[in-house]
Amino acid sequence: MSERQILKGCVALAEGAIAAGYRFYFGYPITPQNDIPEYLSARLPQVGGVFIQAESEVASINMLLGAAAAGARAMTSSSGPGISLMQEGLSYMAGSELPGLVVNITRIGPGLGGIAASQGDYRQATRGGGHGDYHLIVLAPNSVQEMYDLTIKAFYLADKYRNPAMILADAILGQMKEPIFLNPPPLVLPEKPWALTGARGKKAQLIKSLYLADGEMEQHNWHLYEKYRRLEREEVLVETDLQEKMDVLLVSFGSCSRMVQSALDLARSRGIRVGFLRPISLYPFPQQAVREVSREVGKVLVVEMNTGQMWDDVRLSLYPGCRARLLARPGGGIPAPGQILAEIENLVKAGDGIDESVHQA
Amino acid sequence: MALTKVFTRPDSLRDINFHFCPGCHHGTAHRLICEAIDYYGIRERTIGIPGVGCGVFLYNYFDLDVCEAPHGRAPAVATGFKRVLPQNIIFTYQGDGDLGSIGMSEVIHTANRGENITVFFINNSVYGMTGGQMAPTTLLGQRTTTTPYGRDFRTEGYPIRMAEMLAPLEGVAFAARVSLHTPTQVKKARKAVLRALDIQIKNMGFSFVEFLCACPTNWGLSPRQCIEKIDGEMLQSFPLGTYKNRQDS
Repeated sequence: MSERQILKGCVALAEGAIAAGYRFYFGYPITPQNDIPEYLSARLPQVGGVFIQAESEVASINMLLGAAAAGARAMTSSSGPGISLMQEGLSYMAGSELPGLVVNITRIGPGLGGIAASQGDYRQATRGGGHGDYHLIVLAPNSVQEMYDLTIKAFYLADKYRNPAMILADAILGQMKEPIFLNPPPLVLPEKPWALTGARGKKAQLIKSLYLADGEMEQHNWHLYEKYRRLEREEVLVETDLQEKMDVLLVSFGSCSRMVQSALDLARSRGIRVGFLRPISLYPFPQQAVREVSREVGKVLVVEMNTGQMWDDVRLSLYPGCRARLLARPGGGIPAPGQILAEIENLVKAGDGIDESVHQA
Repeated sequence: MALTKVFTRPDSLRDINFHFCPGCHHGTAHRLICEAIDYYGIRERTIGIPGVGCGVFLYNYFDLDVCEAPHGRAPAVATGFKRVLPQNIIFTYQGDGDLGSIGMSEVIHTANRGENITVFFINNSVYGMTGGQMAPTTLLGQRTTTTPYGRDFRTEGYPIRMAEMLAPLEGVAFAARVSLHTPTQVKKARKAVLRALDIQIKNMGFSFVEFLCACPTNWGLSPRQCIEKIDGEMLQSFPLGTYKNRQDS
C-alpha cells in the first residue's frame, strides 16, 4: 500500500487518469477546473504523454474523438459552459461507439452563472446531453480518494462498453484537499481491434455514426439500447449505510452527500433511525436499490445542490406510496447539516402517504 | 494480340462506381489523392478523415482506414489521431462549408499549431449535400438557394480565400490552390497533392491543397458550362497558385 498523501481533488483525478494508462489530454481553460490542465501540462511530458491546450472545447472533444478512434486512452476536462460546447462531439462519440473520459468540475449555471459548486449539470450528464438516443456513463465521486479511484474505473468502463464516460464532480471536490492513498490497480489495457491504426496487413476499417440505408440507423439505436440495458444490469455503483427499522432514508450524491453524512450522524446521535443511500453511478442510476430501500423505509429525503434533478430519478424509482421530500439548494451555497437535520425531523413527524414536496435549503 | 492495360484505378481506390453527379470533380480529387498515396506506398499507414457533405462517402471509395468527423471538426479529429500515431499519415477531406464556415476555427488553429497533417479542401462555392445553399466561398452575384438574388457583399460579405488566409501562418509548410477543370490543371493539381503529402512524410508541418471544383447540380449548369464558369468567374475570385512551399531542410 502506498504512502498516505494530502492531495487536491483535481490533482488526485489527474493522477488517477495516469494510473489508468492515459497519456493524451486535450482541454481549454475554464474555472474551477484549471488545476487539472495546469497539473497535467507539467506531469504528462514526464510520462511520455501529450498535452494540448486546444482552441476551444469544441476542438478538445474532437481531438479526444480522434485519439480514442486511434485506440488511445484520452481525456478532456471542463466545467458547465465548456461541457455544453462538447455535446456535439459527445453525441458523435456515443454514435461511433468511442470510449473516452470527460471530466465536468461543475459550477453554477445556467449561462455564465458563477464559479461556485453546483449539481445543476446532473440532468445534462445523465440524459445524454447532445442530440440522439444515447447515454454517457456517469460516475460521481464524493471524496478526493474517489476522484482518483473512480477516474480509473471510468476509463475501464468506457473501454469495456465503447462509450464515453463522465466524472461529474464540482468545484468543492476539485478544490478541496484530503488524505488519499494512491493505489493503482494492475494496469491491463484492453485490446481494441476496432481502432484505426492503418490498414497494415488487415482490411481497411471505418469508424462512423452515419447510417443512411433503410432501417440501418434504427438497428444501430437498438444496438445502443442493449448496451445501456446491460450497463444498468451490471454496472450500478451505490453506497448504502442502513439500519434496522429506519424512520427516514437520505439520498444524496457527490459533495452534497458529505453534508448529508454529517446530518446523518447528528440525527443518529438524537436517536432518529436514519438510512443513507448514495448513487455513485448516476448513469446507470441505482433504481433497484432506491426502490427496495424506500419500500422498507417509507420516507425519503433527497438532498441536492440544484432545484431538483436527481429528484426526478429518485421519484421514478421510489416504491409506490412513499413519502418523499426534496431539500434543495441550487449551488453557490451548501445545505448545512443543521438544515438537513431539521428537515429530517420534520419528515419524521409528518404522517404517511404521498408527499413530493420541495423545500428550499 | 494481347492487349496491355495502360490506365487503371489506383490501388487505394476501390473498384466501385462513384455516386457523384455527372461533371462533379470529387471523383477527380479522390483519384489524385489515391494516386499520390500509391506513389509513396503509404496506403497501409494512412488514415482519412472526411468532413460532412458529399465528400463524407470517401469511406466507400478509399481502401484505407477512415474516421468520420463532425461537421467542420476534421482538423481537430486529425490532431487527436496524429498525436497518438505520429508515424501515420493523416489527411482530412473537407468542403467549403465544412472548412471555411463551421470549421474555420479548427482549421486555423490546427494550421497554426503546425500539426503535421494534410488538409484537402474542395471549393465548389456552394453547399452540395444540403441542396445548394450559400457557402463562404460563394462568388459575388452567384445565385444559391439562400441567395436567390445573388450574393451581395453588402449583406453576405465576400468569398473567403482560404489558401491565402492560411499560407502566412508560421505552422503552414505548404498551401496551394489548384483546379480540376482541364487536363493541364489536373496535372498541376497532381503535383500539389504529391508535394502536400511529401511535406507530411518529411514532418515539415501543416500542408493544404484547395481544389476548385464544379457542382453542376447546384450551379444549375451543364458540366461543360461549369468548366467555362470555373475558367472565367471562379479563377478571377480564386487565383491559382502555390502560396507557400517551405523548402526541405
